[in-house]
Amino acid sequence: MSTFLQSRWAAPAGLAAGALLLLVSAPAALSVFNLALLGKFICFAIVAVGIGLAWGRGGMLTMGQGVFFGLGAYIMAMHLKLADASLFGGSGVPDFMSLYGSGEVPGWWEPFRSPVVTLAAVVLAPALVALLLGLAVFKRRVKGAYFAILSQALAAAFAVFLMGQQATTGGSNGLSGFRSFFGFDLKDPANKLMLYSVAAVVLLLALAATRQLMHSRFGELLVAVRDQEERVRFLGYDPATIKTLTYVIAAVMAGIAGALFVPIVGIISPADVGVIPSIAFLIGVAIGGRATLLGPVLGALGVAVAQTSLASTFPSFWVYFQGLLFVLVIGFMPGGLASLPQLVSRLKRRRIERGGKGSATAPATHAPEPAHPAPATAANVPEEASR
Amino acid sequence: MELLIGQMFAGLSLGSVLLLAALGLSLTFGQMGVINMAHGELMMAGAYTAFVVQRSISDAGVSLLVSIPVGFLVGGLLGLVLEGLLLRRMYHRPLDTLLVTFGVALILQQAARDIFGAPSVDVRAPAWLQGNMELLGAPIPLTRLFILLLSLVCLAGLVLILRATPLGRRIRAVVLNRDLAETSGISSRRTDQLTFFIGSGLAGVAGVAVTLIGSTGPYLGTNYIVDAFLVVVAGGLGQIKGAVIAAFALGVLQSVFEFSTTASIGKVLILVLVVVFLQLRPQGIFSLKTRSLA
Amino acid sequence: MRVSVTKRSLIPLAAAIMATAVAGCGSQISDPAAANSTTSGASSCVDTSGSSVKVGFINSLSGTMAISENTVFDSLSLAAEEINASGGVMGKQLQVISEDGASEPTKFAERAGKLIQQDCTAAVFGGWTSSSRKAMLPVFEANDALLFYPVQYEGLEASKNIFYTGATTNQQIIPALDYLAEQGTKSIFLVGSDYVFPRTANKIIQAYAAAHGMEVLGEEYAPLGSTEFSTIVNKVRDSKADAVFNTLNGDSNVAFFRQYKSVGLTAESMPVVSVSIAEEEVPGVGLENVEGQLTAWDYYQTIDTPANKKFVAAFKTKFGAERVTSDPMEAAYTSLYLWKAMVEKAGSFDVDKVQAAADGVTFDAPEGTVTVSGENNHITKTPRIGKINSEGLIETVWSSPQAVEPDPFLASYEWAKELAK
Repeated sequence: MSTFLQSRWAAPAGLAAGALLLLVSAPAALSVFNLALLGKFICFAIVAVGIGLAWGRGGMLTMGQGVFFGLGAYIMAMHLKLADASLFGGSGVPDFMSLYGSGEVPGWWEPFRSPVVTLAAVVLAPALVALLLGLAVFKRRVKGAYFAILSQALAAAFAVFLMGQQATTGGSNGLSGFRSFFGFDLKDPANKLMLYSVAAVVLLLALAATRQLMHSRFGELLVAVRDQEERVRFLGYDPATIKTLTYVIAAVMAGIAGALFVPIVGIISPADVGVIPSIAFLIGVAIGGRATLLGPVLGALGVAVAQTSLASTFPSFWVYFQGLLFVLVIGFMPGGLASLPQLVSRLKRRRIERGGKGSATAPATHAPEPAHPAPATAANVPEEASR
Repeated sequence: MELLIGQMFAGLSLGSVLLLAALGLSLTFGQMGVINMAHGELMMAGAYTAFVVQRSISDAGVSLLVSIPVGFLVGGLLGLVLEGLLLRRMYHRPLDTLLVTFGVALILQQAARDIFGAPSVDVRAPAWLQGNMELLGAPIPLTRLFILLLSLVCLAGLVLILRATPLGRRIRAVVLNRDLAETSGISSRRTDQLTFFIGSGLAGVAGVAVTLIGSTGPYLGTNYIVDAFLVVVAGGLGQIKGAVIAAFALGVLQSVFEFSTTASIGKVLILVLVVVFLQLRPQGIFSLKTRSLA
Repeated sequence: MRVSVTKRSLIPLAAAIMATAVAGCGSQISDPAAANSTTSGASSCVDTSGSSVKVGFINSLSGTMAISENTVFDSLSLAAEEINASGGVMGKQLQVISEDGASEPTKFAERAGKLIQQDCTAAVFGGWTSSSRKAMLPVFEANDALLFYPVQYEGLEASKNIFYTGATTNQQIIPALDYLAEQGTKSIFLVGSDYVFPRTANKIIQAYAAAHGMEVLGEEYAPLGSTEFSTIVNKVRDSKADAVFNTLNGDSNVAFFRQYKSVGLTAESMPVVSVSIAEEEVPGVGLENVEGQLTAWDYYQTIDTPANKKFVAAFKTKFGAERVTSDPMEAAYTSLYLWKAMVEKAGSFDVDKVQAAADGVTFDAPEGTVTVSGENNHITKTPRIGKINSEGLIETVWSSPQAVEPDPFLASYEWAKELAK
């Protein structure tokens, strides 16, 4: 690996390059429509950063990120609906409520009239749910498949619940038709650019924060918990706390992404938060390289772009392709594309040393050497993840 | 009274459908640790098997009876292919099997759509299963009674295999301690294959059975997969008796919830209930005392 | 361990980026009335200078709704082909751009945006579920573009940017209730899938029943795609209602009718009126399970008009003799011809001119002559109650003596005053 990548300037330089690419080049090169599309993909990428942390680094297969994404999105959507209703309708009652409901705003909507409460709730609601769930699950040492299936069941329940509440959540229609965003006209291309920029900045911030986290003691503990939970416990740490905290961070990222998704895309519906979208969040992460910092982001963006360009032209081909991606990447390249260089070098090394399989887990279980920045070692996906 | 009996039977019947869907899983997931998201699609393959068999044997009764073993074979063989090509290299990465098999599920769904067309196909129920018998005035649908019996037969067969055959002993040995089993001369490779074959075959049988009550289409499996996993998780890993109790408990509870609230809320309540239950008993109803799992 | 980059070195940089981003803000809404009227920003980019003009089809070609929406796509393609063969629209050949809605509302909104802004289509045809229409509506309004929506729906909507060529409630549900009342039905049971159309339809049915002395003995919803109907069927049977009004969607019908039959309920003992089962769904539900049951639509393949014979023959020639035609397919086919007539009357592809010319445009459709009402952008339709016959086709058993004017907000019905406020 090049020495520059390990120098102290690598991270700020990368961040600046990313900012240049996302905030200057992309708006200059893309049409308003395509920029909004990219904005949507960036929202998925923000979710992916969180999943990369929880799944790649922490070994928690979060199959229910749709729940947190949906919480953030619905909270934002409720605020936008209420704001539109008082701005345009005068009555203060969102249009769909008078169509399908009693024509009165239910009590639990009222707090979201306030922009401050809304912004706080976008962060706090997913955090709270993840905290409760995390504490309950991880303190009881539920892990591996159990956790995955439980989080999936929650996503299923969440979507069914939303669908059943026609009068208060818009049911299967979801919430759509937003016209203003904190007083800004959503039709104005300048405001669309602003929304896109906010999403791009949030993504960069999430990456910066995640990088800090990965390089901290906490980040190392997290990898240690993933690889040998019991050993971490014997060392005097509480793995449940570490896992819960990570889970909360991933949930908050998903929540913020959801909140940005709503004004950018203009709709949120149960179809965006259920089991299938929750799993779809994972594929990009896996392809890019779940345990790396940038892998999940690039993977999520890549899959989204591919889907948009391929799915419309060849709908049935896309399904096969997506299925094959899952099979090939996770089955044969669990480290994702990011692991290609390592795969190659490991093969070389193996040829030099010998063809033993016993060394396969070594890089992941060894603690990172002090002089060596973490990614090169901790980025390996453990082959013995949750045995 | 009539309604009460009808509802009780509805609960039992739903439980039996869940049990059929989950029996195979409790083998492949419970015993082997493979999280097979394509289990629902193996059911779908079984259901289409029933459709294909019915096209060549027009008598619905005969074709149903033929479909059951054929569905078992089709499901089992598909499972064998899946195991041989993909899963056998992934036993040490159980979480990843979930995503790989999800990809397989997508492919199988699309393949079914391309082969049989998107609209669901009609599998006729035999004349002797149409209609119902009266139990204290409540109508007991014969198709559902048949599925209940079929699930019990499958259960009995599975228990018999696990308890009374050399294969069953090998399976249990491998589940309890893979390394020790290998040391004592059991080929864990062959055992894995056979276990997966039986588990997948049971999915095929379940698929044949549900053609009697629901629609046969490419997305049939997605209706059952989450529920089936919940049954296995709630029952406890590697515990057939746990799965049985969990299946019937969930079936009856869902019928009760659905009856007293609405179908949607009933569904949500069930999902939440299982999550809460696992807080209280993280290992499910029964837990296997072994260090090799979870 | 060496942590070379501290948080401090990153946060100011990020903050600076954030500040630049927010600095470039656009207009704030100071005067809602002005913002209300502007359809600002996206001016039409439709290119009509060449020998062809682009139109968009948006249907779910993948996902759960593909089963139904593929059929609409087929009949739209047939109409486009016929129009092109007979000289196009105002001498311009139609160039079809097709997008996949993938059965997800969000996808529909995104793809509709692409068809309007990127592909610059003159009009867009398609959509099926109410949620897909609701998702696309703001997109078409914001861009001031045209959508032709071909499926019966729950009413209570009239956008100047959408032409509704399927039935609204007073052209399907209310006639069906009138028919039931005429047959002496005193009590009904409502069964539907858990989404907008059934819930809204049932609200209307409740109001109708209250005003007409009909008793509603139950209202049950199954989650979309559900195949477990034991409990619902038990409740239906126990209610001893005179008839069932069924607004279930798609595959749920299969499970419902099978389980309905298996507890001993029949078309004779308790007829079911369905508003979402058309000819192409009958084979999948199983003819033996639905034979003799009732449906409410405005078109059946068996309708005996020259226009329909021509339509059915053309469709079977193009797609195969085993294929059937249904109400949404016919409405989609009609929608393309209606747009052609509107454009030719307006003498322009411009959206505002087409909208202005729409009122009174007629087309001799397979279902009979239809006329566009400029007041609400719906069309006149002739409600028909059908009975599923032994061949899986639907015979008309009752039809409205004349075409019914569309009334999406049920303004002409006294009992519906509360619904559309």
